[in-house]
Amino acid sequence: MNFSVSGGLIIAIGGLGPALAVGYIGAGAMEALGRNPEAQGKILPAMLLAMAFAEAIAIYSLILAFGK
Amino acid sequence: MTSFIPETIFKIGVFPVTNTVLDTLIVDAIIIGSVIYLTRKISLSPKPFQNAVEMIIEIFYGLTESVTQNTALIFPYFMSFFLFILLANYSGLIPGFGTIGFWEHGELVPLLRAATSDLNLTLALALISIVAAHVMSLKTVGLKSYLSRYFSINPINLFVGILELVSVLTSLVSLSFRLFGNIYAGEVVLTVVSSIFAFVVPLPFLALEIIVGAVQALVFSMLTMVNMSILTTPHESSHQK
Repeated sequence: MNFSVSGGLIIAIGGLGPALAVGYIGAGAMEALGRNPEAQGKILPAMLLAMAFAEAIAIYSLILAFGK
Repeated sequence: MTSFIPETIFKIGVFPVTNTVLDTLIVDAIIIGSVIYLTRKISLSPKPFQNAVEMIIEIFYGLTESVTQNTALIFPYFMSFFLFILLANYSGLIPGFGTIGFWEHGELVPLLRAATSDLNLTLALALISIVAAHVMSLKTVGLKSYLSRYFSINPINLFVGILELVSVLTSLVSLSFRLFGNIYAGEVVLTVVSSIFAFVVPLPFLALEIIVGAVQALVFSMLTMVNMSILTTPHESSHQK
Protein backbone atom coordinates (compact mmCIF):
# COMPACT_ATOMS: atom_id res chain seq x y z
CA MET A 1 0.00 0.00 0.00
CA ASN A 2 1.43 3.39 -0.95
CA PHE A 3 1.11 6.13 1.63
CA SER A 4 0.96 9.64 0.23
CA VAL A 5 2.19 12.52 2.36
CA SER A 6 0.12 15.15 0.56
CA GLY A 7 -3.05 13.13 1.01
CA GLY A 8 -2.43 12.79 4.71
CA LEU A 9 -1.71 16.51 5.03
CA ILE A 10 -4.89 17.42 3.17
CA ILE A 11 -7.14 15.51 5.50
CA ALA A 12 -5.17 16.45 8.62
CA ILE A 13 -5.32 20.19 8.02
CA GLY A 14 -8.76 20.11 6.45
CA GLY A 15 -10.21 18.14 9.31
CA LEU A 16 -9.01 20.52 11.99
CA GLY A 17 -11.58 23.27 11.43
CA PRO A 18 -14.63 20.99 11.21
CA ALA A 19 -13.50 19.06 14.27
CA LEU A 20 -13.36 22.29 16.27
CA ALA A 21 -16.68 23.41 14.81
CA VAL A 22 -18.42 20.16 15.74
CA GLY A 23 -16.97 20.42 19.22
CA TYR A 24 -18.26 23.95 19.69
CA ILE A 25 -21.70 22.99 18.40
CA GLY A 26 -21.83 20.07 20.81
CA ALA A 27 -20.65 22.25 23.68
CA GLY A 28 -23.31 24.85 22.92
CA ALA A 29 -25.96 22.15 22.78
CA MET A 30 -24.79 20.66 26.06
CA GLU A 31 -24.94 24.04 27.72
CA ALA A 32 -28.43 24.69 26.41
CA LEU A 33 -29.52 21.24 27.57
CA GLY A 34 -28.05 21.86 31.00
CA ARG A 35 -30.05 25.03 31.40
CA ASN A 36 -33.29 23.58 30.14
CA PRO A 37 -33.43 19.78 30.01
CA GLU A 38 -37.05 19.84 28.89
CA ALA A 39 -36.19 21.43 25.54
CA GLN A 40 -34.34 18.28 24.53
CA GLY A 41 -36.74 17.52 21.69
CA LYS A 42 -35.90 20.81 19.99
CA ILE A 43 -32.21 21.10 20.75
CA LEU A 44 -31.10 17.64 19.68
CA PRO A 45 -32.34 17.62 16.05
CA ALA A 46 -31.04 21.16 15.51
CA MET A 47 -27.66 20.12 16.89
CA LEU A 48 -27.50 17.09 14.59
CA LEU A 49 -28.37 19.23 11.60
CA ALA A 50 -25.71 21.81 12.45
CA MET A 51 -23.16 19.04 12.92
CA ALA A 52 -23.99 17.63 9.48
CA PHE A 53 -23.29 21.03 7.92
CA ALA A 54 -20.00 21.43 9.77
CA GLU A 55 -19.00 17.88 8.86
CA ALA A 56 -19.46 18.58 5.16
CA ILE A 57 -16.26 20.64 5.02
CA ALA A 58 -14.26 17.74 6.37
CA ILE A 59 -15.85 15.54 3.71
CA TYR A 60 -14.64 17.86 0.94
CA SER A 61 -11.05 17.55 2.15
CA LEU A 62 -11.48 13.78 2.52
CA ILE A 63 -12.47 13.52 -1.14
CA LEU A 64 -9.41 15.53 -2.17
CA ALA A 65 -7.19 13.34 0.01
CA PHE A 66 -8.41 10.25 -1.84
CA GLY A 67 -7.55 11.85 -5.15
CA LYS A 68 -3.88 12.20 -4.27
CA MET B 1 -10.46 -0.08 -2.29
CA THR B 2 -13.67 1.05 -3.98
CA SER B 3 -13.08 3.39 -6.88
CA PHE B 4 -14.42 6.93 -7.29
CA ILE B 5 -15.64 6.19 -10.73
CA PRO B 6 -18.63 3.86 -11.04
CA GLU B 7 -17.79 0.82 -13.12
CA THR B 8 -19.64 0.14 -16.36
CA ILE B 9 -21.41 -3.20 -16.38
CA PHE B 10 -22.73 -3.15 -19.93
CA LYS B 11 -23.61 -0.67 -22.64
CA ILE B 12 -26.92 0.07 -24.30
CA GLY B 13 -25.85 1.58 -27.59
CA VAL B 14 -23.54 4.40 -26.51
CA PHE B 15 -25.01 4.77 -23.01
CA PRO B 16 -22.87 2.97 -20.41
CA VAL B 17 -24.96 1.37 -17.69
CA THR B 18 -22.94 1.50 -14.49
CA ASN B 19 -23.58 -0.37 -11.27
CA THR B 20 -24.95 2.80 -9.68
CA VAL B 21 -27.45 3.23 -12.52
CA LEU B 22 -28.68 -0.30 -11.77
CA ASP B 23 -29.14 0.67 -8.14
CA THR B 24 -31.02 3.82 -9.18
CA LEU B 25 -33.39 1.63 -11.18
CA ILE B 26 -33.93 -0.63 -8.16
CA VAL B 27 -34.70 2.34 -5.89
CA ASP B 28 -37.06 3.76 -8.51
CA ALA B 29 -38.83 0.42 -8.73
CA ILE B 30 -39.26 0.29 -4.95
CA ILE B 31 -40.65 3.81 -4.75
CA ILE B 32 -42.98 3.56 -7.74
CA GLY B 33 -44.10 0.09 -6.69
CA SER B 34 -44.93 1.35 -3.19
CA VAL B 35 -46.82 4.30 -4.62
CA ILE B 36 -48.91 2.10 -6.90
CA TYR B 37 -49.58 -0.38 -4.11
CA LEU B 38 -50.59 2.32 -1.63
CA THR B 39 -52.82 4.34 -3.90
CA ARG B 40 -54.65 1.31 -5.21
CA LYS B 41 -55.85 0.20 -1.80
CA ILE B 42 -56.09 3.51 0.00
CA SER B 43 -58.58 3.32 2.88
CA LEU B 44 -59.87 5.49 5.71
CA SER B 45 -58.77 3.03 8.39
CA PRO B 46 -55.23 2.53 7.29
CA LYS B 47 -53.15 -0.60 7.63
CA PRO B 48 -49.63 -0.32 9.12
CA PHE B 49 -47.73 0.50 5.93
CA GLN B 50 -50.13 3.23 4.85
CA ASN B 51 -50.18 4.52 8.43
CA ALA B 52 -46.41 4.80 8.58
CA VAL B 53 -46.22 6.59 5.23
CA GLU B 54 -48.97 9.00 6.26
CA MET B 55 -47.15 9.75 9.50
CA ILE B 56 -43.92 10.53 7.66
CA ILE B 57 -45.74 12.76 5.18
CA GLU B 58 -47.51 14.61 7.98
CA ILE B 59 -44.30 15.29 9.86
CA PHE B 60 -42.56 16.66 6.78
CA TYR B 61 -45.60 18.66 5.68
CA GLY B 62 -45.72 20.30 9.10
CA LEU B 63 -42.03 21.08 8.82
CA THR B 64 -42.51 22.65 5.39
CA GLU B 65 -45.48 24.69 6.56
CA SER B 66 -43.52 26.12 9.46
CA VAL B 67 -40.84 27.40 7.06
CA THR B 68 -42.71 28.68 4.05
CA GLN B 69 -46.08 29.68 2.64
CA ASN B 70 -45.90 28.06 -0.80
CA THR B 71 -46.08 24.64 0.80
CA ALA B 72 -47.91 23.01 -2.10
CA LEU B 73 -45.15 23.95 -4.53
CA ILE B 74 -42.19 23.06 -2.36
CA PHE B 75 -43.35 19.98 -0.49
CA PRO B 76 -43.25 17.55 -3.48
CA TYR B 77 -39.60 18.34 -4.10
CA PHE B 78 -38.76 18.05 -0.40
CA MET B 79 -40.42 14.68 0.00
CA SER B 80 -39.19 13.25 -3.31
CA PHE B 81 -35.58 14.15 -2.65
CA PHE B 82 -35.80 12.81 0.89
CA LEU B 83 -37.33 9.46 -0.05
CA PHE B 84 -35.08 8.88 -3.04
CA ILE B 85 -31.85 9.78 -1.24
CA LEU B 86 -32.82 7.84 1.89
CA LEU B 87 -33.58 4.67 -0.05
CA ALA B 88 -30.50 5.08 -2.24
CA ASN B 89 -28.29 5.50 0.83
CA TYR B 90 -29.78 2.50 2.60
CA SER B 91 -29.60 0.33 -0.50
CA GLY B 92 -25.81 0.46 -0.21
CA LEU B 93 -25.98 -1.30 3.15
CA ILE B 94 -27.86 -4.35 1.90
CA PRO B 95 -25.59 -7.44 1.90
CA GLY B 96 -24.38 -8.06 -1.61
CA PHE B 97 -24.02 -4.45 -2.67
CA GLY B 98 -20.39 -3.76 -3.46
CA THR B 99 -19.34 -7.35 -2.79
CA ILE B 100 -20.96 -9.53 -5.47
CA GLY B 101 -19.33 -8.97 -8.82
CA PHE B 102 -16.90 -10.22 -11.38
CA TRP B 103 -13.12 -9.97 -11.66
CA GLU B 104 -11.60 -7.69 -14.26
CA HIS B 105 -7.85 -6.90 -14.49
CA GLY B 106 -7.37 -8.22 -10.96
CA GLU B 107 -9.93 -5.81 -9.45
CA LEU B 108 -13.39 -6.79 -8.29
CA VAL B 109 -16.11 -4.99 -10.23
CA PRO B 110 -19.27 -5.08 -8.10
CA LEU B 111 -22.56 -5.56 -9.88
CA LEU B 112 -24.42 -3.17 -7.62
CA ARG B 113 -23.29 -0.12 -5.67
CA ALA B 114 -25.03 2.54 -3.60
CA ALA B 115 -26.44 5.05 -6.06
CA THR B 116 -25.45 8.10 -4.07
CA SER B 117 -21.82 7.03 -3.92
CA ASP B 118 -21.62 8.23 -7.52
CA LEU B 119 -20.74 11.88 -8.02
CA ASN B 120 -22.73 11.88 -11.26
CA LEU B 121 -25.94 11.17 -9.37
CA THR B 122 -25.38 13.66 -6.56
CA LEU B 123 -24.39 16.35 -9.05
CA ALA B 124 -27.53 15.64 -11.06
CA LEU B 125 -29.67 15.87 -7.93
CA ALA B 126 -28.04 19.14 -6.90
CA LEU B 127 -28.57 20.57 -10.40
CA ILE B 128 -32.22 19.56 -10.37
CA SER B 129 -32.65 21.13 -6.94
CA ILE B 130 -31.10 24.44 -7.92
CA VAL B 131 -32.68 24.73 -11.37
CA ALA B 132 -36.10 23.84 -9.91
CA ALA B 133 -35.66 26.44 -7.18
CA HIS B 134 -34.81 29.18 -9.66
CA VAL B 135 -37.57 28.28 -12.10
CA MET B 136 -40.02 28.20 -9.20
CA SER B 137 -38.75 31.58 -8.07
CA LEU B 138 -39.22 33.05 -11.55
CA LYS B 139 -42.75 31.71 -11.67
CA THR B 140 -43.87 32.91 -8.25
CA VAL B 141 -42.20 36.29 -7.79
CA GLY B 142 -41.62 37.28 -11.40
CA LEU B 143 -38.60 38.31 -13.42
CA LYS B 144 -38.07 41.78 -11.91
CA SER B 145 -37.97 40.69 -8.31
CA TYR B 146 -35.82 37.69 -9.20
CA LEU B 147 -33.24 39.86 -10.97
CA SER B 148 -33.26 42.52 -8.26
CA ARG B 149 -31.83 39.93 -5.90
CA TYR B 150 -28.67 39.68 -7.99
CA PHE B 151 -28.30 43.01 -9.81
CA SER B 152 -28.97 46.41 -8.38
CA ILE B 153 -27.94 50.08 -8.78
CA ASN B 154 -27.18 50.60 -5.10
CA PRO B 155 -23.48 49.62 -4.67
CA ILE B 156 -24.01 47.75 -1.41
CA ASN B 157 -26.80 45.71 -2.94
CA LEU B 158 -24.64 45.16 -6.01
CA PHE B 159 -21.92 43.66 -3.83
CA VAL B 160 -24.48 41.51 -2.05
CA GLY B 161 -25.80 40.48 -5.47
CA ILE B 162 -22.37 39.27 -6.55
CA LEU B 163 -22.10 37.27 -3.33
CA GLU B 164 -25.50 35.74 -4.04
CA LEU B 165 -24.35 34.68 -7.50
CA VAL B 166 -21.29 33.02 -6.00
CA SER B 167 -23.45 31.38 -3.36
CA VAL B 168 -25.52 29.68 -6.07
CA LEU B 169 -22.39 28.02 -7.41
CA THR B 170 -21.10 27.09 -3.98
CA SER B 171 -24.41 25.63 -2.91
CA LEU B 172 -24.36 23.50 -6.07
CA VAL B 173 -20.89 22.18 -5.24
CA SER B 174 -21.57 21.78 -1.54
CA LEU B 175 -24.86 19.91 -1.98
CA SER B 176 -23.38 17.40 -4.38
CA PHE B 177 -20.09 16.89 -2.58
CA ARG B 178 -21.61 16.65 0.89
CA LEU B 179 -23.86 13.77 -0.11
CA PHE B 180 -21.27 12.08 -2.32
CA GLY B 181 -18.49 12.41 0.25
CA ASN B 182 -20.50 11.06 3.15
CA ILE B 183 -21.80 8.01 1.32
CA TYR B 184 -18.59 7.23 -0.58
CA ALA B 185 -16.45 7.61 2.54
CA GLY B 186 -18.90 5.38 4.39
CA GLU B 187 -18.49 2.75 1.68
CA VAL B 188 -14.70 2.91 1.93
CA VAL B 189 -14.78 2.71 5.72
CA LEU B 190 -17.08 -0.31 5.65
CA THR B 191 -14.90 -2.03 3.02
CA VAL B 192 -11.71 -1.43 4.98
CA VAL B 193 -13.15 -2.46 8.36
CA SER B 194 -14.81 -5.55 6.93
CA SER B 195 -11.55 -6.60 5.31
CA ILE B 196 -9.73 -6.40 8.64
CA PHE B 197 -12.37 -7.83 11.01
CA ALA B 198 -15.03 -10.03 9.49
CA PHE B 199 -17.48 -10.34 12.36
CA VAL B 200 -18.51 -8.21 15.33
CA VAL B 201 -16.40 -5.11 14.72
CA PRO B 202 -18.14 -3.78 11.56
CA LEU B 203 -21.41 -3.49 13.50
CA PRO B 204 -20.85 -0.01 14.98
CA PHE B 205 -19.74 1.20 11.57
CA LEU B 206 -22.92 -0.14 10.00
CA ALA B 207 -24.93 1.65 12.68
CA LEU B 208 -23.01 4.84 11.93
CA GLU B 209 -23.78 4.44 8.24
CA ILE B 210 -27.48 4.04 9.00
CA ILE B 211 -27.45 7.29 10.97
CA VAL B 212 -25.37 9.09 8.34
CA GLY B 213 -27.65 7.92 5.53
CA ALA B 214 -30.72 9.33 7.24
CA VAL B 215 -29.03 12.58 8.28
CA GLN B 216 -27.61 13.27 4.83
CA ALA B 217 -30.96 12.64 3.15
CA LEU B 218 -32.57 15.03 5.60
CA VAL B 219 -29.85 17.67 5.16
CA PHE B 220 -30.04 17.61 1.36
CA SER B 221 -33.81 17.87 1.23
CA MET B 222 -34.01 20.48 3.99
CA LEU B 223 -31.42 22.63 2.24
CA THR B 224 -33.43 22.31 -0.97
CA MET B 225 -36.60 23.31 0.83
CA VAL B 226 -35.02 26.27 2.61
CA ASN B 227 -33.40 27.43 -0.63
CA MET B 228 -36.72 27.24 -2.45
CA SER B 229 -38.54 29.06 0.32
CA ILE B 230 -35.96 31.84 0.37
CA LEU B 231 -36.12 32.20 -3.42
CA THR B 232 -39.91 32.34 -3.50
CA THR B 233 -40.25 35.17 -1.02
CA PRO B 234 -40.07 38.49 -2.87
CA HIS B 235 -36.82 40.32 -2.41
CA GLU B 236 -38.28 43.72 -1.45
CA SER B 237 -40.26 42.36 1.45
CA SER B 238 -37.04 41.47 3.27
CA HIS B 239 -36.20 45.18 3.53
CA GLN B 240 -39.46 46.17 5.15
CA LYS B 241 -39.48 45.99 8.91
